[in-house]
Amino acid sequence: MRSGRQRGKPADGDWSSRVTLTVNGVEHDLTLDNRTTLLDALRERLGLTGSKKGCDHGQCGSCTTLLDGRRVKSCLILAVTLDGRTVVTVEGLAGPEGLAPIQAAFIAHDAYQCGYCTPGQLCSAQGMLDEVSRDWPSAVTEDLTAPAQLTDPEIRERMSGNLCRCAAYPNIVAAVREAAR
Amino acid sequence: MSTMMGVAHTRLEGREKVTGAARYAVEFPADDVTYGWAVPASVTRGRITRIDPAPALAVPGVLDVLHHGHAPRLVPGVDATLFLLQEPAVHYRGELIAVVVAETLEAAREGARLVRIDYDTEPHSTVLTEHHPGLYRPDKVNPGYPPDTADGDFDAGFAAAQIRVDATYRTPAYHNNPMEPHATTARWQDGRLLVHDSNQGSSPVQSALAELFGLPREAVRVVTEHVGGGFGSKGYAKAPVVLAALAARQVGRPVRLALTRQQLFGPIGYRTPTIQRVRLGADPDGRISAVCHDAISQTSTIYEFAEQSAVYARSMYAGRHRRTTHRLVRLDVPTPFWMRAPGECPGAYALESAMDELATACGVDPVELRIRNDTAVDPDQGQPFSSRDLVACLREGAHRFGWADRDPTPGVRRDGRWLVGTGVAGSNYPARARAAAATATAAPDGTFEVRINATDIGTGARTALWQVAADALAVPGDRVTIRIGDSALPPAGVAGGSMGTASWSWAIIRACEGLRDRIRNSPGGTVPAEGLTVEVSTADEIRAQPPRPRYAYGAYFVEVRIDVDTGEIRLDRMLGVFAAGRIVNPTTARSQFIGGMTMGVSMALHEEGLLDERYGDWVNHDLATYHISTCADVDRIEAYWLPEEDADLNPAGVKGIGEIGIVGSAAAVTNAVHHATGIRIRDLPVRLDKLLERLPAR
Amino acid sequence: MRPFRYHRPTEVAEAVAQLDAEPDAAYLAGGTNLVDLMKLGVQRPNLLIDVTRLPLDTVEPLPDGGVRIGANVRNSDLAAHPVIRRDYPVLARALLAAASGQLRNMATTGGNLLQRTRCAYFQDTSKACNKREPGTGCAARHGQNRDLAVLGWSEHCVATHPSDMAVALVALDAVVEAYAPDGPREIPLTQLHREPGDRPEQETTLPRGTLITGVRLPPSPLARRSAYHKARDRASFAFALGSVAAALDLAGGVVRDVRLAYGAVAHRPWRAHRAEETLRGRPFTPELAAHAADVELAAARPLEHNAFKVPLIRNLTVRALTELAGRP
Repeated sequence: MRSGRQRGKPADGDWSSRVTLTVNGVEHDLTLDNRTTLLDALRERLGLTGSKKGCDHGQCGSCTTLLDGRRVKSCLILAVTLDGRTVVTVEGLAGPEGLAPIQAAFIAHDAYQCGYCTPGQLCSAQGMLDEVSRDWPSAVTEDLTAPAQLTDPEIRERMSGNLCRCAAYPNIVAAVREAAR
Repeated sequence: MSTMMGVAHTRLEGREKVTGAARYAVEFPADDVTYGWAVPASVTRGRITRIDPAPALAVPGVLDVLHHGHAPRLVPGVDATLFLLQEPAVHYRGELIAVVVAETLEAAREGARLVRIDYDTEPHSTVLTEHHPGLYRPDKVNPGYPPDTADGDFDAGFAAAQIRVDATYRTPAYHNNPMEPHATTARWQDGRLLVHDSNQGSSPVQSALAELFGLPREAVRVVTEHVGGGFGSKGYAKAPVVLAALAARQVGRPVRLALTRQQLFGPIGYRTPTIQRVRLGADPDGRISAVCHDAISQTSTIYEFAEQSAVYARSMYAGRHRRTTHRLVRLDVPTPFWMRAPGECPGAYALESAMDELATACGVDPVELRIRNDTAVDPDQGQPFSSRDLVACLREGAHRFGWADRDPTPGVRRDGRWLVGTGVAGSNYPARARAAAATATAAPDGTFEVRINATDIGTGARTALWQVAADALAVPGDRVTIRIGDSALPPAGVAGGSMGTASWSWAIIRACEGLRDRIRNSPGGTVPAEGLTVEVSTADEIRAQPPRPRYAYGAYFVEVRIDVDTGEIRLDRMLGVFAAGRIVNPTTARSQFIGGMTMGVSMALHEEGLLDERYGDWVNHDLATYHISTCADVDRIEAYWLPEEDADLNPAGVKGIGEIGIVGSAAAVTNAVHHATGIRIRDLPVRLDKLLERLPAR
Repeated sequence: MRPFRYHRPTEVAEAVAQLDAEPDAAYLAGGTNLVDLMKLGVQRPNLLIDVTRLPLDTVEPLPDGGVRIGANVRNSDLAAHPVIRRDYPVLARALLAAASGQLRNMATTGGNLLQRTRCAYFQDTSKACNKREPGTGCAARHGQNRDLAVLGWSEHCVATHPSDMAVALVALDAVVEAYAPDGPREIPLTQLHREPGDRPEQETTLPRGTLITGVRLPPSPLARRSAYHKARDRASFAFALGSVAAALDLAGGVVRDVRLAYGAVAHRPWRAHRAEETLRGRPFTPELAAHAADVELAAARPLEHNAFKVPLIRNLTVRALTELAGRP
């Protein structure tokens, strides 16, 4: 009953596409099954397993990455749509001089327990801080036309797309607050 | 000498976790890897009459479809929930009955959708009720308690009491939902099985696999380096590790198999729904004379798991006349299993709610009521507690929270469009330990390595054990390496039952003590070139420890707001004070307490498995519809602990902190909801639809 | 997920022609709903036409004082746009109340309008659903239907439209600009979504193959005094149990004009015309607002588990209008 491994390899050119994708500063030229999500391309093709699969349906935030600088859920993005675009994952947050401030703040504030949602939290926080710097409002912003203020309720609302079953939420808020300084 | 115990320390693996370098079960590189995708049964009870794998096998990239007809054989009698792909019987909807193996995840998913399965179905029963004809008394309840206890004459005591509370509380099915789904990478090499698996303790998983596959233990290795949470549901071998091992054997290549989020709602366990009747009889001052807790829960038709919900009432508060009972019914449902403080958690919700009702009935402050019913002697075992600081927790919490001037009148505090109320509840959790083995090795360069198959599922165990080891060796931490998370290490029990740190530190301390003796006794008192190693087991010592009631305690104080227009409930503030023996690492301990408390909030306000009786499964089987608390749901949450020295525990003096934070916390929330609104909701979760039309007039 | 071919057209007409030529094709925009449903096996296109690189991604103020929103404008960009925040707060609020920051960065205006119900039975291919598989029945009708419709449902389908944004747009009298196989067309948003009737699989009035290219907001002085109120089961990142979009124009305490729409109560975003009629020309009081809601909700037929939605919507109506009336 064992099947030959060559049987039925997904080789039909119609069902796959070539995609050039820059991930953490490295350009990759990939031929991908059109069905491959960005998350699966990162994890299974590029070996970048930092981005996590918690629900695979955009409901938990563990797979959050930065796409052209904006936070997105990589489990709901088909990699084939990303030709020519730029992705940063948790593996790309640290710079040559060491951890990014948000990473260091997560360690210092114990803003995690099991660590599985952490890469998504970090990328989400990074993207969220950029949104705040552009004065984007949130659901809890009192005055829609005023400059954004990063209060604790604002952090909590803006980080609510990232579930944490260990519930490190208060420590995540503290870490984001520190990294924003 | 203690230099590291009690000192805050960041996690040893912190850098790995924030850079994405920490690898979880299906993230280890594997050559020639394949992907497994489990196929769930779509009927509730019956028999598979035919499986047609052809449409799935026609999918490009699909290698095989494993099912009962041709999967490798397992040894029967090990554990019915793990006897997978062996028989055509279907015991519940969602039972995993086939596995598609493919070259890619995409092909595996599509193949799994296309496996055609025909069934003969039978009528099913999936709903727990207090009148179910199948109710019976189990021989024991988890993990080994007697199902029923009685002392004094409850019926007479209750009848004679001046104040009586008689209330029935209901909790729904709760689903553990760790962020990392249950997942395994399995490979076979020369008759040996190597798995990377997401579990709470790989020694028992190793044993289970060895028995199921008819192998010596040494032929199975289970590596569990990082685990994305478990909350009890990974406390034993679960379906993915068996399915992946079967599939890897079948296709002769490594297999990665992760359950989908939807597939976690059942096959890996859940907290059973409960129906709990609590009766309290007291005098007008609130002194309890009679207490009875009758708990009903469900199990499956293939395995008896009996949630010990009424056990909490046996030892928590005083009362001359006492009775507890557990009844169980076998339903055509997945087997319930451990979820953070099984038994104590739902049981404390019921008892701590009834205590609030009693406080109201007596007109006694609910903090004072609990203090009045404190007891130095365990009413269940008749022995004094090794230590019991419940009253101190209540007093410290009341002080920190600002409880003193609380007006007990319900439904009268308004802050704009919000009704505001506060609530309190107590908590306990047994402090136990399991046997473990450990080795400690000294190298001539002055460094040490401590090895034990402990598991860090996010608790901070790796860091805490390293601190314990450094203290036990009396050397700075930077000279000590701790190795955990591999069944090739000295065997140890699971991270569960709040026993991890107590059990593992015990073995580590003994190994380190032995090593220091060996070094002292070696020629010149130095470590020879080949190093020195001491291996110990605590089995005898733990067996010899006299039985005694040993518990951790806690108290919660909660403030909630309820929107008068919508009934929406928001947690303003939650404060917990705990007495849990020595705290090894304040940093990670605080996270444990806060995590438990938040899960209690989530239990009180958000979570509920919604069963559809016609189908026999939970309709809301994903994270969009099964709500767990988000960051925005937790406003201000604080955890404190009291210094507590208890010499009758274990060498490290710890009680365990993984579950004490959830026990009773839901009741503190719902008691606050009652104080805010005057509405007593006795079926969880409390959501806006249960309040909306009963709120005080706007 | 079924294997599919992938096209990425650069012009609208090309996209429409490609879809028209392939019966099982689907447009792909933000993917937040379609990719989700493809993974679940609910939708199984064999060709995806990626419209995200079509030049439909701007928010343009129009000479008449209105605004045109390109179909590809992301929800987050729309919510953050200064004109929307200033002139159409109900729309910004509705967008910000929806989903999460990540999803708002992905979801598009057009895709948001066409997202499918989150009815759990629709999403589970092992259960009966007339919307997913016409003729199989509606498991939700007598199932776990707490989240589902109280207005306009049929025995064939009790699903709700899940969008927050669409509720605000319906209140604002938005006009959908689209490109059908026979050319461009426009349709008032109030007429875009259907009630389920006996064809719940047919969710909009657009002919097959039509691509939404944008949404036009008419000038609306009223919209500056507008609000969106959403009740849900947790504080964030949850679909509505009920929501109200409202805009109010008072003159000397009398309702000169009003817009009111309800979310999470019907198969379409529910414009509350009857309530608006009840309010117009009368001196505003909270009691009048409650009465207006009652008039609108008289047609409600709650299911077994969702009777709470009627008082919930009523209370949200009163709150929304009373707060607007109290604004300077």
